[in-house]
Amino acid sequence: MPALSHLRALEAESIHIMREVSSEFQRPVMLYSIGKDSSVLLRLAQKAFHPGQIPFPLLHVDTSYKFREMIEFRDSYTREIGAKLIVQTNRQALADGAQPFAIGTQRCCGLLKTQALLDGLRAGGFDAAMGGARRDEERSRAKERIYSFRDGHGQWDPKNQRPELWNLFNSRVDPGESIRVFPLSNWTELDVWHYIHLESIPIVPLYFAKERPMLVRGNTLIPVEQPFVPRLPGEQPKMVRCRMRSLGCSPCTGAIRSDADTVPKIIEELIHVRRSERENRVIDFDQDASMEMKKREGYF
Amino acid sequence: MSALRTALVPEFEEFLAQEQDKELLRFLTCGSVDDGKSTLIGRLLYDSRNVFEDQIQAAAKASEHRASGGLDLSLLTDGLRAEREQGITIDVAYRYFATARRKFIIADTPGHEQYTRNMATGASTADLAILLIDARLGVLAQSRRHAFICSLLGIPRFVVAVNKMDMVDYDRAVFERIRAEFTAFLSVLGVGSAYFLPLSALAGDNVVSSSPRMPWFEGPSLLDHLETVQLGEGAADTGFRMAVQRVVRPDQTFRGYAGQVASGMLHPGDEVAVLPSGLRSRVRQISTFDGPLDEAYAPMGVTVVLEDHLDISRGDLLYSAGKPQSARKFLAKVVWMDARPLYPRRRYLLKHTTRTVPAEVSIRHRVRIETLEEEPAETLEMNEIGLVEINASQPLFFDPYARNHQTGSFILIDAETNATSGAGMIVDARDHAESAATPVTALERAARWGHPGAVVRIGGRIALAQALERKLFDRGCAVVVLPAQQHQAARALADAGLLVIALVARLAAEDPLPDGDAEACDEILRHLNLSQEGTIHQGEGI
Repeated sequence: MPALSHLRALEAESIHIMREVSSEFQRPVMLYSIGKDSSVLLRLAQKAFHPGQIPFPLLHVDTSYKFREMIEFRDSYTREIGAKLIVQTNRQALADGAQPFAIGTQRCCGLLKTQALLDGLRAGGFDAAMGGARRDEERSRAKERIYSFRDGHGQWDPKNQRPELWNLFNSRVDPGESIRVFPLSNWTELDVWHYIHLESIPIVPLYFAKERPMLVRGNTLIPVEQPFVPRLPGEQPKMVRCRMRSLGCSPCTGAIRSDADTVPKIIEELIHVRRSERENRVIDFDQDASMEMKKREGYF
Repeated sequence: MSALRTALVPEFEEFLAQEQDKELLRFLTCGSVDDGKSTLIGRLLYDSRNVFEDQIQAAAKASEHRASGGLDLSLLTDGLRAEREQGITIDVAYRYFATARRKFIIADTPGHEQYTRNMATGASTADLAILLIDARLGVLAQSRRHAFICSLLGIPRFVVAVNKMDMVDYDRAVFERIRAEFTAFLSVLGVGSAYFLPLSALAGDNVVSSSPRMPWFEGPSLLDHLETVQLGEGAADTGFRMAVQRVVRPDQTFRGYAGQVASGMLHPGDEVAVLPSGLRSRVRQISTFDGPLDEAYAPMGVTVVLEDHLDISRGDLLYSAGKPQSARKFLAKVVWMDARPLYPRRRYLLKHTTRTVPAEVSIRHRVRIETLEEEPAETLEMNEIGLVEINASQPLFFDPYARNHQTGSFILIDAETNATSGAGMIVDARDHAESAATPVTALERAARWGHPGAVVRIGGRIALAQALERKLFDRGCAVVVLPAQQHQAARALADAGLLVIALVARLAAEDPLPDGDAEACDEILRHLNLSQEGTIHQGEGI
């Protein structure tokens, strides 16, 4: 019996999961964050349901602080592959002035991401939400099931997770409860990039190195798309050759100095650089165990 | 700039070439509390240079709060706040690392007895188990429990790591004593061979490289063993099997059956049969997004197009050589995972491949894990293991777990709480002739619906009847509303196990109902003797 390569085995596992979700839930949705993991998710969904269309809508939680290039990519790519896109924004919080430097990153994420996500799921009556999170990203994610049960408030109880054996997933929920599903659980960051290379999957150009205006503070490069990002006295953006290692809201996503302007060069960089990808995302370091706290509250 | 590029490009080609051949090994680590599992994994990741700098910094920062001092490697793996605070592992954590030869997925499973179910979760997908034994404490009840669960879940390869050798002066006699004792226990379990090695996760002896402090041990280090141990055994030995996940029918011209190949090979032109229908056809095409395939094998996800138009739906099984067993009743080993014990009268849903059916479970015996003795039991409590007889409401198509993990495994879901309550491994079908023509009993009906049949007579209030029907229906009851003058039909339906809400023209006046429909509804439900869990035990009319 031939053995499937590591990557094709992961692909098969993800396809199996997506088909189970679409068959066993009433109203599944795929959370689409526009990042590289979402791009891989979309390709896997195309494969899972070929020659049919992707049988569920995509939900993007738009904080309004995403990079402009992300939104352009989102709109053109989802149109190109014929996917149905729903965009959810917490307009009330924005009208009340929510932004990370005014109210802090924790409250800002709580309102613009977690609250908007829960509102979007409730509005659509979705009982399953698939997302691109991977267990190698962050230590509380390493503990999460592929089917992650959420109560009526979208909350995760890490000490009381459903056992998950073989590839038999329990999709039973009561009204109001839901399951977050992570088809990429067992992929690593390197696997994702390797797959993007093998499959020639389109990704947002922000991942590729280019001269970009940045506020330079030691090793930290802060993008200046939003006018409210505070500046030190006399501080001016400088053009720095850099790229994004992960994509989030522009004020809270640091860039890294890089020359990697193709997927093979990004992979080379990954092989050499031993720093984890969420490192430059401000939100994970708010406090010890901050991601776990967010997830308990309903964050993806 | 260009010099940099030329220097880097060959590395990428090298990476791609290396990746193509890399095998995947999924292994789990288990042992008792404080055996040092998390430290061992931290050591494997750290010494094989698979930890990110910032993760080391975060662990170093957290180590400062502890009394022990120094970098605590277990902090690299313990993910939850409660785990870091208590210094123990609560749930399975999955870790990923790679060497030049293999990719590894580690399931780091908790040692504490109350989290044994989480260990079984990690064991269900593992190709290899590493059992840790504390050299100071020797073989414990928990060591035996974990070895038993690993063998029960059919993990084909064992490594027994005698840890904390630094605490016993690297004494060979300690290692040999544990090896002799545990080898004997493993042979009782039917585990043919295991690789025993002495190590110290804390000091790094024999983890990545061989230890100079134990020259008496000549075997490879743990990582060497993980990189070179023969894979491929333990795969299913049955013919082609694929459970249908979805029927793909985008338009009139295409009809395919999507699923994941569980075992065997499939080619265009092959004859396949379908269960439950038993009909046969030939494969016209193996369709994928990347184009049609010449062959498909496990664990590929494909869409199969057949020559003939057969009636096939989700839950059906496509197979070729060697017919799977088809039975409603079969024997299985079960690991109980729910705080609510296994009660034979409770209503369970059984999920097997892509088919979910109601099932009754009766207990043949419980296995005492410490002694492996079989003993009679009324229930199975959480973390207990037993042999059960499953009586499913529809036939299932399976192979014994020993031959095929995909078609031989199932989970039991509590129909009231939705909890994943049990993990099952099929042993064999019960004698087919025994069950084929047996009439359906009232007990079987009650087990199916979760309640016995009953007639509830409520006068002529249609709105009340519908409100009551809705409430009962939402609780999972089999319920129907019958118009007046249908006494015989009502009785027959109740005998078939249904709850019948019968409208009658005139009601005996002794038990007047409240005027509001909602209140009246609650009053009736109260009389129907609902238990706390929401099951109806009995109830005949009001």
